[in-house]
Amino acid sequence: MAEAQNIPVGSTTAGQIAVAAESTVATRMSAPPSFDVADFPVPHGREEEWRFTPLERLRGLHDGTAVATGDGVKVDVQAPEGVVVETVGRDDARLGRAGTPVDRVAAQAYSAFEKAGVVTVPKETVLTEPIRIAVHGEGGVAYGHQLVELGAFAEAVVVIDHTGDAVLAANVDFVLGDGAKLTVVSVQDWDDKAVHVGQHNALIGRDATFKSFVVTFGGDLVRLHPRVAYAGTGGEAELFGLYFTDAGQHQEHRLLVDHNTPHCKSNVMYKGALQGDNAHAVWIGDVLIEAKAEGTDTYEMNRNLVLTDGARVDSVPNLEIETGEIVGAGHASATGRFDDEQLFYLMARGIPADEARRLVVRGFFAGLVQQIGVDDIEERLLVKIDEELEASV
Amino acid sequence: MATLEIRDLHVTVEADNATKEILKGVDLTVKQGETHAIMGPNGSGKSTLAYSLAGHPKYTVTGGTVTLDGEDVLEMSVDERARAGLFLAMQYPVEVPGVSVSNFLRTSATAIRGEAPKLRTWVKEVKETMERLSMDPSFAERNVNEGFSGGEKKRHEILQLELLKPKMAILDETDSGLDVDALRIVSEGVNRVRETGEVGTLLITHYTRILRYIKPDFVHVFSGGRIVESGGAELADKLENEGYEAYTKGGVSA
Repeated sequence: MAEAQNIPVGSTTAGQIAVAAESTVATRMSAPPSFDVADFPVPHGREEEWRFTPLERLRGLHDGTAVATGDGVKVDVQAPEGVVVETVGRDDARLGRAGTPVDRVAAQAYSAFEKAGVVTVPKETVLTEPIRIAVHGEGGVAYGHQLVELGAFAEAVVVIDHTGDAVLAANVDFVLGDGAKLTVVSVQDWDDKAVHVGQHNALIGRDATFKSFVVTFGGDLVRLHPRVAYAGTGGEAELFGLYFTDAGQHQEHRLLVDHNTPHCKSNVMYKGALQGDNAHAVWIGDVLIEAKAEGTDTYEMNRNLVLTDGARVDSVPNLEIETGEIVGAGHASATGRFDDEQLFYLMARGIPADEARRLVVRGFFAGLVQQIGVDDIEERLLVKIDEELEASV
Repeated sequence: MATLEIRDLHVTVEADNATKEILKGVDLTVKQGETHAIMGPNGSGKSTLAYSLAGHPKYTVTGGTVTLDGEDVLEMSVDERARAGLFLAMQYPVEVPGVSVSNFLRTSATAIRGEAPKLRTWVKEVKETMERLSMDPSFAERNVNEGFSGGEKKRHEILQLELLKPKMAILDETDSGLDVDALRIVSEGVNRVRETGEVGTLLITHYTRILRYIKPDFVHVFSGGRIVESGGAELADKLENEGYEAYTKGGVSA
């Protein structure tokens, strides 16, 4: 019989706004960003960037013992006409432009992948149907890399759908040309045992708009780094996230918006629901406004809804400002409980307990889901939320 | 005719690792169309009676019976009691973030009525009821009780009372924290429901003020966890003049 783990009930929320000459976002990492896994020491768990993550459940992705098995994941790309879909070798010059791995697993993924997927939407091509990238776990270990590039003034929606079982470390780069508009929906709908670690790098061109939805339901351990930087002025990023963390699951989202260019905007909103023993969600929201990024407008928010005892949230917004010449900067984090009094109130109006729970959770996520704008994904998420709830009652 | 019968009801609550008996044998019969005021000093157990009837998990019934039209209420879950026709207007309505008033009302009405109300008539019904309670239409888009003022919370409770049309309405200190205008508006809402003759009302209050707007058929004095005196509306006048001292000092405390 498994020994019961004693994780405190409830949540932690910490946050700070630092006005610093030297970036703590950069310096608190244990090594500078690098494409080479050898530049990162094997983490022992006490490092700032690893302290929330149960290393023993990474199945060797962090220490070099996870060897690709060849039957890791199957990737299927469906793209409308006009889109170029390629599989390329490691030496392709287009890879690695959107960002550099910031931790050992991301660097491991970059050092270990054999072929990369490249999806290109040529300039001024406006798609009316989404590009769909299905990543299906076949039970093995895999390393991957995917690039999605939009030429100037191109517009596209990309859905990356993760299902099945795998131990996967994979990074995704998004490169947006000037005036391009990209919406990305990354769904982590893994089977219970899957482990998925990755870094999403977006490089946003002048006057381009990047919108991302990171939706995490499944997996034993999911740890993602959605990151954004700007290649020109006038860029906008909206980073939305939704997670439903069940008993025993570890779901970690570590964001960085690097305002490295003047007159850009960012808006971050992540919402999570948790239920069950040892459900653990981690949200790190780093926003860095560099000294040269005058005219920046940024806001980040994390909300969590704890449905049962035994779940834990660690939510850490961190806003670092190196210039005062900005339009706005703010952050918020709140973790609330769906408590017995709310349940009593709804039931006292005739609403059965399971429906009351569904009402609250659907209400909590509704505004976020509706913004996705991809009908079948929205519908699937609502069904998924209901399924998660039914499993708990 | 719907009848709520409470017989020798005993209720305990857990506090500070001790079990404390709050209700010590309550007897009361409320019939459809009747209005009963339950008055008593703070700590006498009035609210415990209200929450026990609604089935709040904090309270444990240790003896006695409660029936609605002969059906055993104590056997029912909280939502079953509501669907059977019990309604509790709460003294401290609970905030439910993320759930809009309109969604909440419709979900509740669907549960109580057993089918979803027809959208067109429902929207009209809600709108008109809100107008009568001097509630702004934007209210429907706000989250349930979130950021509501004290008066808004009570109006929202009475809005539900009017829409859900229960057989038995328990109003727990609905008058507390209301200014005169809000008290009048809320009382008018209660009276509209009473005038249908289809609801029995249990009006729990500390003050006699609300009884100027809502005329009770019976007044009961609650003290020490039970009803210690019952009478007609004139008993309220006596309490108005003499207060509760006669009951709290008269050796009825257990």
